[in-house]
Amino acid sequence: MNDPVVARRPARSGEPGAERGVPAAPHASEAPIPPTPEAPQTPKAPHVRPGDRVFRGLATGSGVFIVALIGAIGLFLVVQAIPSLGLDQVNFLTSREWNTSDPANLRFGILDLLLVTIVVSLLALLIAMPIALGIALFLTQYAPRQLARPFAYVIDLLAAVPSIVFGLWGLFVLGPVLYPVSEWLIEHLGWIPFFAKGNVNVQLGGTVFTAGIVVAVMILPIITAVSREVFERTPTMHVEGAIALGATKWEVVRTTVLPFGKAGYVSASMLGLGRALGETIAVMIILSTATSAFGWSLFDGGATFASKIALAAPEFNDPRSAGAYIAAGLVLFVLTFVVNAIARSIVAGHKEYE
Amino acid sequence: MSTNLADPARLATPPTFQSVSLSRRIKNGVATALVWTAFLIAVIPLVWVLYTVVQRGFPVILDGDWWQKSLSGLLARQQGGGAYHAIYGTLVQGLVCALISVPVGIMIAIYLVEYGGRTRLAKATTFMVDILTGVPSIVAALFIYTVWITYAGFGRSAFAVSLALVLLMVPVVVRTTEEMLKIVPDELREASYALGIPKWKTIVKIVIPTALSGILTGIMLALARVMGETAPVLVLAAYAPFINYNLFDGPMASLPLMMVNERNNPTEAGFERLWGAAITLVLIITLFNLLATVISRVLAPKTK
Repeated sequence: MNDPVVARRPARSGEPGAERGVPAAPHASEAPIPPTPEAPQTPKAPHVRPGDRVFRGLATGSGVFIVALIGAIGLFLVVQAIPSLGLDQVNFLTSREWNTSDPANLRFGILDLLLVTIVVSLLALLIAMPIALGIALFLTQYAPRQLARPFAYVIDLLAAVPSIVFGLWGLFVLGPVLYPVSEWLIEHLGWIPFFAKGNVNVQLGGTVFTAGIVVAVMILPIITAVSREVFERTPTMHVEGAIALGATKWEVVRTTVLPFGKAGYVSASMLGLGRALGETIAVMIILSTATSAFGWSLFDGGATFASKIALAAPEFNDPRSAGAYIAAGLVLFVLTFVVNAIARSIVAGHKEYE
Repeated sequence: MSTNLADPARLATPPTFQSVSLSRRIKNGVATALVWTAFLIAVIPLVWVLYTVVQRGFPVILDGDWWQKSLSGLLARQQGGGAYHAIYGTLVQGLVCALISVPVGIMIAIYLVEYGGRTRLAKATTFMVDILTGVPSIVAALFIYTVWITYAGFGRSAFAVSLALVLLMVPVVVRTTEEMLKIVPDELREASYALGIPKWKTIVKIVIPTALSGILTGIMLALARVMGETAPVLVLAAYAPFINYNLFDGPMASLPLMMVNERNNPTEAGFERLWGAAITLVLIITLFNLLATVISRVLAPKTK
């Protein structure tokens, strides 16, 4: 066990260098580096200093810890959710009912939560994606050089505002401003299901529409930041080639930056979607509680997974009722896990982004 | 060129460079305008939010009592009092979270950069850190709820909140530390090995100090992020309008929790507390962000 540790140590230390383009295979770099004193050239009795062993153990242990942690999150949520799922009187996946006030008669289904969560997130994504693309292009290609950095800082500031502040702003300031817009849309486009009159009072602003816009603002910085990073790596040769062929600024962007960064942009949007799915407090504050089921209208109220859990959290007393919410949390966890994993795998398939 | 100079009136060949056609110029102009608009659209909500917070909250925090008193003994409609209890809660919960997250996060980053290489465990760790970055704060809170409160049998407390915040802070610390360790030149490590210094000492005395400014900046930014989190405090701590110094027992306020609590208070006092807490939270977060910038400027490794 100790043997390879000692023999490979110099190669390890050389590895970050190799990753950054130093043309040395891990094993080749072993030769020029003089072996460290505690690694004798005749490895018959390899001696590892205790300090090294402890430190390596701590570092590796931390790595194992984080892997175990994710497993534990899934495991604990499953173990807590199963008893309540067994007690559920209605179908967990297809029911729209949610009544956990009587632990002896639990009736909870996630269909409504799932629909509201998805519609809010998709609306947010629909608004945020084009704007984020524009900002990323602006910051990397269009903004004057000296101003690009401060401008990027301004966008990052959006990420620094706590989500509860966005929620309060959305409900108390943006909601009233959106009311005439909502009213107009309902009146003139009400025949489209998405703009139909919803199940909550539009005047209060607690609709999927408001929530979607606020969440869009909140996921802008992450989509922008990741796309920007990818766009910045467009090979200069491509850009210069396009310019040499007489391309205008837009043609340079369309023929070099966009094709190169497309996968990164899609991945960034998926990360944004993951954020939107899990957004809790802003949505909780904005969305009005609805008495009837979600009817596919942007002017409906209701609750997302996260906001439903957050609303009920202070009253978690009976483990059976809490289990129902934990089951919902588990679905949310799986949902975000899948979305994030897809986002990462898109980028992982593109070596040129490294 | 020379033919043109010789006889500018008569061109032997048509000019090689044609001016950009109108349709291309229009497309280019439209694209430029759209891109600028996108940026301006994003600035609107930022300015609007900050304006709202400052306009509504600023008069409240000018009062000295705001920073020194709690809301103990005040009714919902009684004006006065302050947010000392909530400020204390936010800072302490963030600090305890940092005390746990920073060593763990740095060790994970050291493992990834110095030891892990391309082993399967290192790949799994990187992947899991990525996933943890995307875990919604409410799920992190539910996890701590099941482990700490349902299984371990402890009550709701500020410490449970700190534990949930750790889950959100560790991935950020890992990411920034990892980036910083990667750019430490290998020559420094090799020089140290050549002097017969063990690997762990090389990391502790050479690699970490070189990367320190970047690491500290990352920690400050991560801390600013977790202190604004509301979901964990909502699930794991009960609100108290009075000061509670005990981290392990009893309800403890924090600024987000105070805002959640006061948002349904329709009185003038409720309005003041709500937006006062909002601007205080934004100020604290801004302070940590500024601190991050200052640290990265002051402690940056000397290049000369």
